[in-house]
Amino acid sequence: MSTLVRIPQPLRKLTQNRAEVEISARTVGEALNQLEQEYPGLRDRICDESGEVRQFINVFLDGEDIRFLQGLGTPIADGSELSIIPAIAGGSQERER
Amino acid sequence: MSFSQQELQRYSRHLVLPEVGLEGQTRLRNASVLCVGAGGLGSPLLLYLAAAGVGRLGIVDFDAVDFSNLQRQILHSEGDLGHPKVDSAKRRLESINSDIEITTYPTRLTRENALDIISAYDIVADGTDNFATRYLVNDACVKLGKINIYGSIFRFEGQVSVFDASRGPCYRCLYPEPPPPGAVPSCAEGGVLGVLPGIVGSLQAAETIKVLLGRGEPLIGRLMLIDVLRSDFRFVKLRKNPKCPVCQLTPSEIELIDYDQFCGVGRGEESEGADLGLEVTVVEVNQLLKQSDRDVCLIDVREPEEYAICRIDGARLIPLGELPRRLEEIDSTSEILIHCHSGGRSLSATRFLRRLGYPRVRSVKGGIDAWSKEIDSGVPRY
Ligand SMILES: [Zn+2]
Repeated sequence: MSTLVRIPQPLRKLTQNRAEVEISARTVGEALNQLEQEYPGLRDRICDESGEVRQFINVFLDGEDIRFLQGLGTPIADGSELSIIPAIAGGSQERER
Repeated sequence: MSFSQQELQRYSRHLVLPEVGLEGQTRLRNASVLCVGAGGLGSPLLLYLAAAGVGRLGIVDFDAVDFSNLQRQILHSEGDLGHPKVDSAKRRLESINSDIEITTYPTRLTRENALDIISAYDIVADGTDNFATRYLVNDACVKLGKINIYGSIFRFEGQVSVFDASRGPCYRCLYPEPPPPGAVPSCAEGGVLGVLPGIVGSLQAAETIKVLLGRGEPLIGRLMLIDVLRSDFRFVKLRKNPKCPVCQLTPSEIELIDYDQFCGVGRGEESEGADLGLEVTVVEVNQLLKQSDRDVCLIDVREPEEYAICRIDGARLIPLGELPRRLEEIDSTSEILIHCHSGGRSLSATRFLRRLGYPRVRSVKGGIDAWSKEIDSGVPRY
């Protein structure tokens, strides 16, 4: 059972700059726990205190938003791809706030 | 739908396309598009829409052209430095196509003016740089029933989609709430590859033209993800959120809110920093550093790439992301002063250390940029 997890640029500091990591998990929630074990701090960036995926981040399993599947309980099939997509805002007059 | 000889020649490569033809070109000529932001994304977007013969273009931007824009904002030139972006944009677009009408709005899009400005156009292209304006553009578009051509960039990554709430999801279905300030670095902090907005803005132009022509499959219900560093283009499916706080309402129920407050930016946060004594001015920092009897620890939370450009003598570099695991390098008994480029990241670091119980920690207001302006002009600005 192996799943490819795509890490977005803003979170790659926590994965030693790796854009893709391999994990083995049966559900999306298990996958996030495993990511946390291997890359401490990563789950906190994705989930809030109650354990739910943060409102400005989306997790997609094979191109489908897990919110419209079974959330963190969504089962992962072998060879699946998990993508973590955070909101980004850049475009015009970038200025530090 | 009569075209002059000159127009027939100008648009000949469109006219021979079965998907465009005379009818499609007439649609483009009769169409109007509002572009919010004349920066990195707005540059290619407006250049291509003007060249394509979109009859009426509106440009909203309150900013002036700065040297740091020229790396990617190809609408503007060295001769435009210091002048309003909408002026150089208009001049450049008119030099490409004098047959089209261009209206400029040298202002920030606000909840007071958004409905008036947007309602005069068929489609809105979002090329803004901040979450507050993105939520405003989205909510106003849903309320007015306008299609929102979305593009966003960060470092080497881009996102593109078409939000048409009548047929698919809106921006709020995707991101119901903005990240807290500081959670997502801006392009000024994180950088952006200059050609990336060229790609993303051009894709927005293609989507705009497709929607205007009613041809092809626009990115409705799909989010395109681009990573130019890895040459990776992917798509994910977007669905209408049945609990969306905006597009599930009727137009009259949708109210534009205070988006700065919603996104936690603006004066509220700055005054909070001052009220709680979280900040220190560069003048005071200079005095503290000169007092040899004071035990002062100056920490620079910028990235190594920024540190290589300029630094304040005696500052220790601990990038914000490394701070939690490098706490042992900080002497908690000394007075701690934290700086970054202009004061945003250092304020986050200061709050973080205060929460951990460090009592004597403050953030340098205005960062190394203020230091260069007010204390030591020998420190280069970027
Ligand atoms: Zn919605």
